Amino acid sequence: MSRGGRLRDALVLAALAAYAVPFVWQLLTSLKPEAELLRVPPLLPTRLTLDHYRVVLEQSLIPRALLNSLGVAGLTTLSALLLGLPAAYALARLPVPGRSALLLGIVASTAFPQIATVSPLYLMMRALGLRDTWTALVLAHTSFALPLVIWLLAGFVREIPPALEESAAVDGASRGQALRFILLPLLAPGVASAGLLAFLFSWNEFLFAYTFTATGASRTVPVALALFPGVFEVPWGDIAAASMLASLPPVLIVVGLQRYLVRGLLAGAVKD
Amino acid sequence: MTRRERADRRRGLLLMAPTLATLAVLTVYPGAWVLWLSLQYRVPAFGVDRFAGASHYAFLAGDPRFWSAARTTALFTVASVGLELVLGVAVALALVGQRRGRHLAFSLLLLAWAMPAVVTARLFEWLYHPAAGLLNVLLGGLDLNWLGDPALALPAVVLADVWRTLPFVAVLAYARLLGIPTELYEAAQVDGAGRLATFTRVTLPLLRGVLLIAVLFRTLDALRAFDLMFVLTGGGPAGTTETLTVYAYRGLFQMLQLGFGSAVGVVVFALVMLVAWAYLRLLRAGEAAA
Repeated sequence: MSRGGRLRDALVLAALAAYAVPFVWQLLTSLKPEAELLRVPPLLPTRLTLDHYRVVLEQSLIPRALLNSLGVAGLTTLSALLLGLPAAYALARLPVPGRSALLLGIVASTAFPQIATVSPLYLMMRALGLRDTWTALVLAHTSFALPLVIWLLAGFVREIPPALEESAAVDGASRGQALRFILLPLLAPGVASAGLLAFLFSWNEFLFAYTFTATGASRTVPVALALFPGVFEVPWGDIAAASMLASLPPVLIVVGLQRYLVRGLLAGAVKD
Repeated sequence: MTRRERADRRRGLLLMAPTLATLAVLTVYPGAWVLWLSLQYRVPAFGVDRFAGASHYAFLAGDPRFWSAARTTALFTVASVGLELVLGVAVALALVGQRRGRHLAFSLLLLAWAMPAVVTARLFEWLYHPAAGLLNVLLGGLDLNWLGDPALALPAVVLADVWRTLPFVAVLAYARLLGIPTELYEAAQVDGAGRLATFTRVTLPLLRGVLLIAVLFRTLDALRAFDLMFVLTGGGPAGTTETLTVYAYRGLFQMLQLGFGSAVGVVVFALVMLVAWAYLRLLRAGEAAA
C-alpha cells in the first residue's frame, strides 16, 4: 500500500474515533450504574442498567418536552412548506415584480441573527398573550424556516424543465393539473429535503425556545435538557439518557433519510 | 404586456402574498422594532420606558465588557472557522477513495451536525469533567479543569464547536471532490506532478468555490453562536467565553434592560450583515480578476 493510502487510512480512522467515541461514551454513561459514573478508569461498567432512562421518563420534564418539540417542529415544518411551496414556485416560474430583490431579501433573512429579533418578538408574544405556548414557538421558528424552505424549493423547481408542464398544457391539462400531476411528483424529493431541514432547525433551536417558554406547557427538548435539574449534584447519567432521547429524531433522519438530508444540505450551500 | 403576462404577474404576487405577509410581521417588523428599542431606556421590571437616543451605543463604546465580548467573538469565529476549514478538507480528502468505514464515518459526521447544539454542549461538558471526564482520562489521567480554567475555557468551547460544525465543511468538500473526474488526476500524474502539486494545482482550485461558500456560512453562524457557550460555560469563567450574543442575551433577559440588550443585538446584526456584504464584494472582485 502506498504512503498516501496509509495516511488516508489513519485519517479516516482518526475521524471515526473522534466522532464515534463521544457518542459511544454518552451512550455508555446513560447505561452505567450511578455509583460507577465518577469512578474512571475503568472505562467499562460492570453491568448495564436502564435506571437513568427510567428516571428521565418517569420523573423529568423530558417526555413532555419531547411531545412539545415534536408538535412545534412538526407544525413549523408544515407551515413553512405550505407557505413556502407556492412562493418558491412563483419565484422560480412566474414574472413576479421585484423578483431579484425578493430573493436577496429571502437569502438575507436566513442570515438574520436570532439575537436581534428576540427582544421585539418577546414583546410581541407577551402582548398577544402567547408566552409559553406552542403558537409562539411555531411563529418564531417559521420566521426562520420559511426563507430557508423557499430558497431550497425555488432551486429545486428551477431544476425541473418548464417544458414538462408546458407540454402537459398542450395536451389539454389545466395549469392546476399540470402542477399537481407533473411538477409536484417531480418536486417531492426536494420537498422532503426542505421539510427535513426545517424540522431539524426547529427541533434544535434554543434561543427562542428558551426565551418564550416558561413551563412544561411549551418547553422543548433543548430547553429541558439545558435546564435539567440536579438536587445535590449534577445527575450525569440522567443527563446522558436525556441527551440520547433528544437526539433520537436526528439519528432516525440521518439513518433513514440521509439521501434527502444531504441533498438539502448541499443545495442550500451550493446554489448560486 | 400581454393579458397572459399580466395574469401571470398577478398570480405570482398572489402566491407570494402569504409569505410576504408572514415575513413582514415576523422578520421585517421586529427588525425595525429592535432598532427603535435600542434607542430606548426600557426596563419593564421598574416600569422605565423613555427615549435614550444613542446613549446605549455611546455607553458600549467605552464598555470594557462589550469590548471583551467583541474580542471573544472574533477569536471564537477565527479559530473555529479556521480549524473547521482545514480539518474538514482533510477529512473530506481522506473519505474520498476510502472504501472501508466510509459510510459509517459519513453518517457519524452528519449526526454530529444534525444534533441539537445543546446536546453537544451536554456531551462535551461530561467529556471535560475534571475528575471523570474521558478527555482527561485519555490524556493519561490529567486533572485539567477545562471549563473552569480561564485559559482553557475558550479553546474547549472552540473544540466543541469544531466537532459539531466541521461535518458541514467536510460534507460540502466531499461532495465536490466526488464530482472531480479522475482523468484530471491522471493527467496531472502524466505531467509528472507530485502529490503536493496535484493538491495545490488541481484539487484546491476545484474546491475553492464550495469552500468559499462554506466559510461564509460558517462565519455568519459563528458570529451569532449562542447555544453552545451558553450551556457549556454560561460565558464564564471570568467572562472568558462571553461572546456578543451571550452579552446581549444577559442584557435582555437577566439584567432585564430591553433597550440596552437590544443595542448589543443590533451590533451583532450589523456585524453579520457587514461581514456578509464585505465577503460578497470580495467574492465578486475575485471573480472579476479570475
